[in-house]
Order: sequence, then structure tokens, then C-alpha cells
Amino acid sequence: MLSHVARAVKPTIGLAVVLAFLGPAEAGHHVPGVRLLSAGFASSAFNVVFAAEPPRVLRWAGDPEGGAPFVQADPSRPDRVVGFDVEIAALLAAGVGRAPEFLNITFASIDQSILRGDAEIGLSGIEDTPAHRASMAVTIPYYEFREVLSVRDADAARVRSLADLRGKTVGTLGGTIAYEILLRAEREHGLRVVSYDDDVHPYSDLVIGRVDAVLLDNVLAERRHRAIPGFTIQPQTVAIGHYVGVLSPRNAPLRDSFNEILLGAMRDGRLERILRTWSVWNDDQPKLHEQLLAGVPVPAVIGLDVSGSVATMSRWDAARRYFPSLLRASVITIILSCLSMALAVAVGVLIATGRVYGGRMARAALTAYVELIRGTPILLQLFVLYYGLASAIRLPAFVAALLGLALNYAAYESEIYRSALEAIPVGQLEAARTLGLSERQVLTLVRAPQAFRLALAPMTNDFVALLKDSSLVSVLTVLELTKQTQIFATNLGSWVIPGTLCAALYLAMSLPLSTLARRLELRWRLTPQ
Amino acid sequence: MTPQNGTVLRVDALQLERGDRVILRGVSLEVSRGEIVALMGPSGSGKTTILRAVAGLERFQSGQIDVDGVKLAGAAVTTKMTLRELRRKVGMVFQFHCLFEHLTAIENVCLAPVYAHGIAPADARTRGLELLQAFGVDHRATALPRQLSGGEAQRVAIARALAVDPPVLLMDEPTASLDPERRTELGALLQGLQRQQRTLIISTHDEDFARDFATRILRLRDGVVV
Repeated sequence: MLSHVARAVKPTIGLAVVLAFLGPAEAGHHVPGVRLLSAGFASSAFNVVFAAEPPRVLRWAGDPEGGAPFVQADPSRPDRVVGFDVEIAALLAAGVGRAPEFLNITFASIDQSILRGDAEIGLSGIEDTPAHRASMAVTIPYYEFREVLSVRDADAARVRSLADLRGKTVGTLGGTIAYEILLRAEREHGLRVVSYDDDVHPYSDLVIGRVDAVLLDNVLAERRHRAIPGFTIQPQTVAIGHYVGVLSPRNAPLRDSFNEILLGAMRDGRLERILRTWSVWNDDQPKLHEQLLAGVPVPAVIGLDVSGSVATMSRWDAARRYFPSLLRASVITIILSCLSMALAVAVGVLIATGRVYGGRMARAALTAYVELIRGTPILLQLFVLYYGLASAIRLPAFVAALLGLALNYAAYESEIYRSALEAIPVGQLEAARTLGLSERQVLTLVRAPQAFRLALAPMTNDFVALLKDSSLVSVLTVLELTKQTQIFATNLGSWVIPGTLCAALYLAMSLPLSTLARRLELRWRLTPQ
Repeated sequence: MTPQNGTVLRVDALQLERGDRVILRGVSLEVSRGEIVALMGPSGSGKTTILRAVAGLERFQSGQIDVDGVKLAGAAVTTKMTLRELRRKVGMVFQFHCLFEHLTAIENVCLAPVYAHGIAPADARTRGLELLQAFGVDHRATALPRQLSGGEAQRVAIARALAVDPPVLLMDEPTASLDPERRTELGALLQGLQRQQRTLIISTHDEDFARDFATRILRLRDGVVV
């Protein structure tokens, strides 16, 4: 699971257990990226050439942004990771006589990374879903969780189930079982789903009133509940799910070995010890263990009808089913881009005019604005605007997205207009002045129209760039084209069709723009042919 | 040769410096209504600068300029009001014409009448077309500046300057890019303007042109009239 905020410190007792488990493997946990990656590639090359030599390390992928209790950077030694997934990785590695080696992969990319062979197994609170079962080799579950509904304390008595949320907004992590449950509830109960990229902001937005409820698994809900006050976790279970390890289908034999190791750890209590260390052991777990040890198969999700899941359909049926939602997301993308660009142009013109004609103070202030915006990542600006300012001004997601993109692009637009204004020969301005036009008329009738023609090509370029940068606003829960595609791909377990459709839709939006701009440029060309 | 009814331009001890360079050192001159005055002198002698100062495009340190009653003084700040009045009195044709690149010939001519003088667009257009016709370029009315030849562009620039009917017309190096035939045509055109009681002040390197068409030649050297 993802979160963008560094996770709270876990007691050192956890660390001690990790160290005990890791033992000789400790060296493998000196993570930093490049060395680890090159070591990974080197060892896979080695495996190919000397196939007879058994591999010495078990590369496993996880996302430390998800934090405790899954995988988190060790607060006392940030180059190492700790968490129950870390310990389960160590357990599995030890079982096959290898040393665990951690690979830091973004949560949403773990499947793809495993399929490409970057690591053998993914362990990061990964859910057992029909999509995973269809596209990956999944281990038996090692943990059972409950999807639980969290509501503000004040609503605790009134809102107890999804059925009580008609007309309300409910947040969750995109691409999860909870998200699928909510999509269904959208149709059945008339609520509205808001998809987040992380598991922290749904709860902070719940407390400040941006969403009315959050549906996520109990591990995440309880962890957040300890950190932020103001919400109640309802006792009713919406659905039951499981965490599993995911492997490439090529590695099915290795998966089978891992299943044996996990069963062994369930039998002799090692798994219970790990889960107790991280305070996630509860009464659900012995039942799960019992069932697995008795050889009774466990369904992916209990409490959600998965027969309609896209993972069980043919790829084309899935594409047909998702295409309307991609089209809807494209409409969001195009509306958002057009409105942001219009605002960016207006603000950009004001900034450029101020920088060319303004007094010293105005020029300095505007230059500072442009440099600040250009010198910091747009993602950071979006976060500040939406989450950072939330205590002062609570902007709706779409408005924050619109403003964020517009204010960012205004800085770039203003530079285009400023240089275009300054590129107009002084003779043009003097000719206009000697004819008796006022300075304002010189600007509006002569300088600006000519500058606009010069600015047109870079402006179109920026508009096309903005169209694509609009995908960044998914971090503010705006469901635009890229985000919708990502959800589609996660549910389907493949990027090929969703990616192609998404690219086609972006091109369908950007190509006409480029063509129009080329035509206008030809028509308005200033320089001699 | 022409009726001389009073002074229309008086320049008095004009001192103009740029940084530590002195461009004009106490230039004085007087021009009467209906004259065609040729300002001559080597490059850098200050011919163009005098025209620009008279057109209100240059600040000067001391001295005075009086164009048909509108006064500019080196010591004082020129107000917007004064500048606006000045520009009703003086038109300027630049060496490189400086036609507005985004507008057609007729739009170039009509811009100032419509926006600076509030003339109805239809009336401005009729008058603009008359001017273009008078200078033989009415067939190019809808062409963009980049589509015009050098001679055509110059005629459009003259028409543009005259569209607001200034009594004084300043021209910077008008013969610089013209072949001999066009030069003669331009001379005839200027004499036609003179007959309408317009005063022309022309900076030029062209001795023959000045001799053939100017009523008076003023020579400048190192920022003074000699």
C-alpha cells in the first residue's frame, strides 16, 4: 500500500526480530538503488549463463512508501527496510536456502516488474484478486483482512454501511478490491467513488469533510486511526480479502515451494510470531491458517461477486466494457485542459504585460513568481494547493486541479509572451506612436497581435504538453484519462489494450490541435516567404 | 517657387546627448509652410535624430522645438496631451517603412484615423483608398506588407502618415532603396504634396534628389547646422 507521508516509528522490538530473521542475509538489505539493481541484473545474467548453479539470492519487490506494518524504511537505518512483509520475505528466502534482496518498486508497478523478471516475488500487502489469479502465479494467502468503512465520528451512528451513503462520496485506493466494491456500490447505492493514490489522504480528507466515508482494509484503517483522530471504524465487515505474494507464471514451481514454506510457518507458529510482532494478529488468522492447512481452497474475495470482474473476461470484452469510462475520462481531461489553458493564457498575458510594462516592484514580484513556479515540481504545487492549504481553504478537487495546472502553465506562458512582446521591432512601436496611438493602443493594436502570432507555435506546444500533464491531477483524486487507464490496467492485469486505447485517445485530442496551429501559423506568418 | 506663409517648424538650440555622446549640439533651424527641406550630411551627423526629436521619439537635454504651435522643451517633461497634439501636426515615414506586419495596406492606412481620431471605419476606408489611389497603390490595398515591393511599401507608408492629415511630414532616407525611375516618381509625389501646402522635411544622402526636388538644403556636420 502506498502513502506519501513517512511512517511513524515502529518499536525497536520489531527491528530486533527482523535482525534475528535476516541473520546472514543482512547484507542484502543495504538497499540503495543503483548498486542493488546492477547486482540484480548481474545475477540474472549469471543465472542464464550458468543455469545449473542455483541462485543465491531471492529478489523480492515491495514499496516502502506503503510503510509499516508492511514495508517501511527502518527509522534508525533508512537504507534498510522493516515490516511483516520484510520478515515474510526473509522466511521464504530462508526456506529455499537463499538470501533475501529487496527491490524498491512503486506499488502500482509491482506486477509488471515481477513479470519482467526484476524480482522473483512481490510482497507488499498485495491483494488476492481475480486479476492477480488470472495474470500471475499467486501464493496461498498469508493474511486475512476485512474491508471496513470509516466515517467521521459525528456520522458514526447514522452511517453504518454502504447503503447509508446514497449521494455521498467515498474514498479509497484506486485499483484495489475496495475500489471495485465501491464501483459496484456506485451503481447499487448511488454513492460517488473518489480514487486516491495513497492510503493516508483518504482519511485526512475524511476528517476535513472532503469525503464522507473511506472503505479500505482494517490494517490500513487501524493504522490511520492511531495517527489521526476524528473518525470511527465501523465494525461491520464489507468484504473479506487476503494478502498474497505474486510471482510470474513462469515461476509456478517456486510459488509451490513458497506455499509449502508458508504452510510450514503456519503449522509451527512462525507466521503467527511475525504477525504478532507487528500487532496485526487477530482472531481471523487462526481460522484462515486452519482452512489452508486442511487443504480447503480460499476464494480471492469473500463478500464481493467477482463473476463480472474484467479479469475473468476476454481482453476484448474487457476493453469494450471499459471504453465508455475511458471516453468519460477523456472528456474530463479535455475540459480540464481547455479551462486550465484558457486561464493560463489570461494570467500569462497579465504577467508578461506586467514584466514588460510594469514598475520595478511589479517586475520583481512577477519574476519571482515565474522562477518559483518554474523551479519547483508541478506535483509539489498540486499537493500544496490541495492538501497543504486544506486547513485554510478547502478547494474542491477539480478546482484545485484547474488552478494548479493554470497557475503552473501561466508561468511558462508568460515567458513565451514576454519574449514575443520583446521580439517585436521597436520600429513597429515608433511607427504606431507617431501616428498618434496611445501606449495602450500601441500594445493592443500593434504589439500584442504581432506577438501573439509569434507565440502561437510555442503555445500550441504547451497546450499539448498540458493535455498530458493533466494526468498529474490524479493525485488530487480527479479521475482523468491516465488514471482511468491505470485502474483499467490494474483490474485487467495487463497494460497492452488499456495503454493502446489511452494513447489513441490522447492522440485524438492532441493531433487536431497541432494541425490547427500549423494552419494558423501559415496564415499569420509575419516574416517574408 | 512656393507660397511662404509663416514658420511652421522652429528648432532652437537643440542639445541632445546619449550617455556621454553628444548627437546634436545646439541645432537651430526654421522651416516655413510649404517648403521641402532636405537635411543632408554624412552618416552620424544627426539628420535622423533631428527628425526623431521633432516627431517626439527622442528626449533632448536642452533647447526647444515648436511645431505649428506645439512646444517641446528639453528641460520639461512632455505630457501625454502635448504628445497627442504634436502627432496631429507631424507625420513620419521611416527609412524601412515600418508598416504593421499583421495588417493589410489599407488597414495600415486606416488604423490611426479609426483608433486615434475616432473616424468611422467606413469613412476612414474610403479616404484611405483615395490616398492609396493618389499614390498608385490602390490595387495593393488588401496585400500584406511582406507582399509589397519596396516602392509600394513606401507609398503605403506615406499614405499611412498622411491619413491623419498632418501639416508637417518627416521622411527618413526616402530614396535609399529606390531605383532612379522610382526616385523621380517619388520626387513628383512630394511636389504634389507641397502644392497642398504640406511641409516636408527629408533626411537624405542623395545630392541629386535634394537638388532636383527640395526647396532648401540644410547641411549638418557633427551635430550642428553648417
